[in-house]
Amino acid sequence: MRTEQVDLRGEFRDSKRVKALEIKIKEAVERMGDVVHIMEFCGGHTHAIMKYGIDDLLKGYVRFVHGPGCPVCVMPMQRVDLALEMARLPNTILCTYGDLLRVPGSGGKSLLKLRAEGYDIRGVYSCLDSIKIASENPKKNLIFFAIGFETTTPQTAVLLLNAKRMGIKNLFVVSNHVITPAAIQHILNSPEMRQIGSVRIDAFIGPGHVSVIIGTRPYEYFAEEFQKPVVISGFEPVDILQSVYMIVMQTIRKEAKVENQYTRFVSYEGNHKAQRLVSEVFELRKEFEWRGLGTVPYSALKIKKEYKEMDAEEIFKISLSKPKEHPSCICGKVIRGVALPTDCKLFGNVCTPSNPIGSCMVSSEGACAAYFKYKKL
Amino acid sequence: MCLSIPSRVVEVKEDKTALVDTMGVRRVISLELLSEDVKENDWVLVHVGFAIEKLDEEEALKTLELFEDILRMEEHEN
Repeated sequence: MRTEQVDLRGEFRDSKRVKALEIKIKEAVERMGDVVHIMEFCGGHTHAIMKYGIDDLLKGYVRFVHGPGCPVCVMPMQRVDLALEMARLPNTILCTYGDLLRVPGSGGKSLLKLRAEGYDIRGVYSCLDSIKIASENPKKNLIFFAIGFETTTPQTAVLLLNAKRMGIKNLFVVSNHVITPAAIQHILNSPEMRQIGSVRIDAFIGPGHVSVIIGTRPYEYFAEEFQKPVVISGFEPVDILQSVYMIVMQTIRKEAKVENQYTRFVSYEGNHKAQRLVSEVFELRKEFEWRGLGTVPYSALKIKKEYKEMDAEEIFKISLSKPKEHPSCICGKVIRGVALPTDCKLFGNVCTPSNPIGSCMVSSEGACAAYFKYKKL
Repeated sequence: MCLSIPSRVVEVKEDKTALVDTMGVRRVISLELLSEDVKENDWVLVHVGFAIEKLDEEEALKTLELFEDILRMEEHEN
């Protein structure tokens, strides 16, 4: 019996494989005679591409257009302001994932700055930690400010179901969960995409971990309707290069289909149990505002009315004034892929990861943070 | 936020949790999103405190084989 599990990550980082794929991709692109423009939707891929220098490796052959797949980046300022106002409610503990703590709201104030003023704001690793905190503080209201794409939504569903089953009365949730396919469709329908010469996307590298949950099936529509190849990819250098190669080969064959490179974790149908838990607790919002993309129909989830006693937006009615964005921040354009982080005059001088002005500089998935960290500008 | 890390199961506990090893760091995670059972030394994808999928090792090896195929196919074409 095998006792030592093979660590496959080594195989997916193997330099010989990287080199061989680089040569194959370049040969194929040369045969085609045109640079391939690929949008990697997921911020995790943006960081992997920068970290391993894949964009430089394929310069002149493949152009990577960075997509909006970064949950804190796409959160409009109004939602950040909502988190700040919720944290200011009397007798309240606000819990959220660490990424959100440093995102500036109107006037540059973040949850972290608010915590320095004495408000009880905590970053949690798992949303289930908030059940423990709520139980330890029975006289306080605990608000979990839930953010994320499909990768974090099932966890929030488990939180709501467990809290209800355990009879916890002082735990509330704000749902900011957003949906990937809706955002992709919105990008493909945007005026910049339709207007020739503005933004060009020939194909997509599809998100790996979102697809673990939703499967590869939801992308079939885009591939067919918009005639764009979609390849679901892993996050190691060999994964990404292999996905690029698969895209290039589809382009040469004039195909537009969904392919799955990340089969070790992603299936056609996705994680059924996670999908079932999500549909038990959540329903679609008619519309939701995204930073950069504007109002996108049916692009986010709200808590079903069966669980409304735990829906913080139902329980604590908060009215917000109009959000005040920093006038020079171009996060919205970066998120849509129409501008590079380096096009922003705040980039790297006023706006840095330790003092972020815009959300794209905050997160470990934001394009500005990736450029700052890996581009050595 | 969408960055999940493959982690090795060290010990499966009774309350739908498991102790996992993520690149040397050990912590307890929830198994409530998995429909299949996991056992010691299985690899799972961990995301914000939950295992969201079990590694399909056979598929991982197939992906690497596919890579070898790409090279062979190209050589054949050339």
